[in-house]
Amino acid sequence: MTTTEETTLSTQPDEARTPLLKRLTGANTLWIGLVLLVLVAVFGAIRPDAVFQVTTLQFLLAETAVLLVLSVGMTFVIITSGIDLSVGSVLVFASVLSAMAMNKVSGGDATNAGWGVIAFGLLVAVVSGAVWGLLNGLLISRAKIPPLIVTLGSFGAAQGAALLLNNGSNVSGIPDKLNTTFGSGTWFGIPNIVIVAAIVTALGALLLSTTRFGRYTYAVGSNEEAARRVGISVRNHLTKVYLLAGTLAGLAGFMGNAFFRVAVVTGHETDNLNAIAAVVLGGTSIFGGVGSVVGTIFGVFIPAVLEKGLVIIGVEEFWQPIAVAIVLVAAVWLDQTRRRARNQR
Amino acid sequence: MSEPLLEARDLTKNYGTVEALRGASFTAYPGEVVSLIGDNGAGKSTLVKCLSGVEQPTSGTLLFNGKPLRLHSPNDARDRGIETVFQDLAVAPDLDPAANMFLGREILKPGILGFLGVLDKKAMRRQASEHFGRFGAALQSIDVPIASLSGGQRQSVAVARSVAWASKLVFMDEPTAALGVVQRERVLDVIKRVRDEGIAVVLISHNMPEVLSVSDRVEVLRLGRRVARFKAADTTVEELVGAMTGALSQEDAA
Repeated sequence: MTTTEETTLSTQPDEARTPLLKRLTGANTLWIGLVLLVLVAVFGAIRPDAVFQVTTLQFLLAETAVLLVLSVGMTFVIITSGIDLSVGSVLVFASVLSAMAMNKVSGGDATNAGWGVIAFGLLVAVVSGAVWGLLNGLLISRAKIPPLIVTLGSFGAAQGAALLLNNGSNVSGIPDKLNTTFGSGTWFGIPNIVIVAAIVTALGALLLSTTRFGRYTYAVGSNEEAARRVGISVRNHLTKVYLLAGTLAGLAGFMGNAFFRVAVVTGHETDNLNAIAAVVLGGTSIFGGVGSVVGTIFGVFIPAVLEKGLVIIGVEEFWQPIAVAIVLVAAVWLDQTRRRARNQR
Repeated sequence: MSEPLLEARDLTKNYGTVEALRGASFTAYPGEVVSLIGDNGAGKSTLVKCLSGVEQPTSGTLLFNGKPLRLHSPNDARDRGIETVFQDLAVAPDLDPAANMFLGREILKPGILGFLGVLDKKAMRRQASEHFGRFGAALQSIDVPIASLSGGQRQSVAVARSVAWASKLVFMDEPTAALGVVQRERVLDVIKRVRDEGIAVVLISHNMPEVLSVSDRVEVLRLGRRVARFKAADTTVEELVGAMTGALSQEDAA
C-alpha cells in the first residue's frame, strides 16, 4: 500500500512545507500590518510636515510603550482562550506600591534617591504584579472560576487596594534619576522606555513562537482536553500564563512611574479593554489557539496612530474610538467567519 | 498462546449510583488485534478509560505482563507504552500535524537553546512527515492547522500519532467511525501493520464485518460484563450480535 502521495511525503519532507509567501499572505498578521502602514501613509500624505516629525513619533512610541507591555501579556492570556480584565488595576497597584516603597526606604521622599532604591522599586513593582497574576491564575486553574469573573474581581480589588494604600491620592517622589534615564531619556532618538518595551515584546514574541511554553499556550487554548490527554499540566500552564500577565502589568506600572514622574491612581480604568482590543486587532483569536505577539504590536499602534493622526489632520479626535470599534468588530467577525468555514469541512 | 500483555479482572466502575462496569474482565495478548464490542452502554468506553488511565476503576485488578498495575493518569499508561486514540480525536485543531504528533513530547534544540525550552521545529516536522508517510496518513502539507484538514485526514493524524508512541499497546475507540471507504481501509491497514510490529491493538467498533476482517480475537461486553470471547476466524456476525444482545452467552467468559 504505497501511494505516490506517501512516497513524496516520506522521501522529500521539505516539499510538504507551504511556501513562505503563501504562509505570509495566509496570516492575519500581514493584513493588520498593512492596515497600519496604510494609516501611516494616509496621515503622512495629508500632513507630512507634522506626521514625520521626530517629536511626534517619539511621543507616539513612548505613550504606547506601557500599553504594549500590557498587551504582550494579554496576548498569551487570550491565546489560552482566557481574558484578563485586571491588568490596568494591577498596573496602578504596582505603580503606587513601588512609589511608596521607594519613598519609604528614602526616608519619605525618593526624589534624589540612587540606583539601589530604584532597583528596589522595580522589584516591588514586578513582584506585586506577579502576586496578583498568581492569584488570578490559581483561582482560574484550581478553583475553576471563569477568567472573566476572577479578573473582574481582581480588577476591582487591585484598584481598591491601590486607593487604600495612599488614601486615594497619587504618589509623588519618583526618583529624578529614574525619570531622566528611563522616563524621558533617549538613545539615538529612541525613548528609553520604548527600548524597554521593545525588549519585553521581543522576548515575548520569542517565548510564544519558539519555545515549548508558547506551544503549550496554543495547545491549551486550542483544545484543553487534548492538551490534558497528552500529559500537559493545563492547571500549571494557565497559572503561569496569568502570572506572566500580572508580572508584565507590574513592570508596566514601574514604566509608568518613570514616564509620568508620579504614580497615578486614575486613568487606567480602560487599559484592560485597550489591551484586549489591541490583541484582538492584531489577529489573536478571542476563542483561543491562534495569535501572535507581532500582530499585537500592530494592534497596539493602530488605535494610537488613529488618535494622533486624526488630531494632526484636524478631525475631531472623538472619531477615534468609533473608528477603532469598527475595525475591532470587523476583525472578530472575519476571524469567526474563517473558523466557521474551516470547521465545516 | 503466550502470556497476556494486559489483563483486567473483575473491574467495577460506579458513577454515583450508575454502575458502568460490573465485574468486567478483559485480556489482550502481545501482537494481536483484539476487538472489544458491545451494544451502546455496555461499558466499552468506560473499560477503555480504566485501562488507559483516564479513569480509575472502583474495584478490580489490572495486570501488565503478569504484574499488578495501577494507572493514576494517562501518563502512567503512556510511560508503559500504552497509547489511546480517543473517539473524539483530541487533537489541537489550531496546531499543525507535526505539532500535534509531538504535543507533550516536543523535541528541543540541543545545548543552551534547548535548556531555555526552544523547540526544534525542523526536526519535529521531518520526523512527523516520515512517520505520517509510513502509516498512510497522506497530507499535502505538514504545516497547516489540523482544522483545515478533512475529517478523515484528522483521524489519520490522530491514529498515526498514537501509533508513533505506542511500544506495547494501542487502544482505538471507533477509529474508522467518521471515515470514507478509502480512508477506512487505510486505517485498518495501519492496524495490521502495527500488530505486525508486535504491538497489541485493542479495537472498539460497531462495524461487525470490519471487526471480523481485522481482528484475531473478539471480546464481547454486555451490561458491564464480559459475556463472550471468540476467535475471529471461527465466528460469524450472527454469533457476535447474539452475544451482544444476550441471546448467546458463554459460561467461562466472565
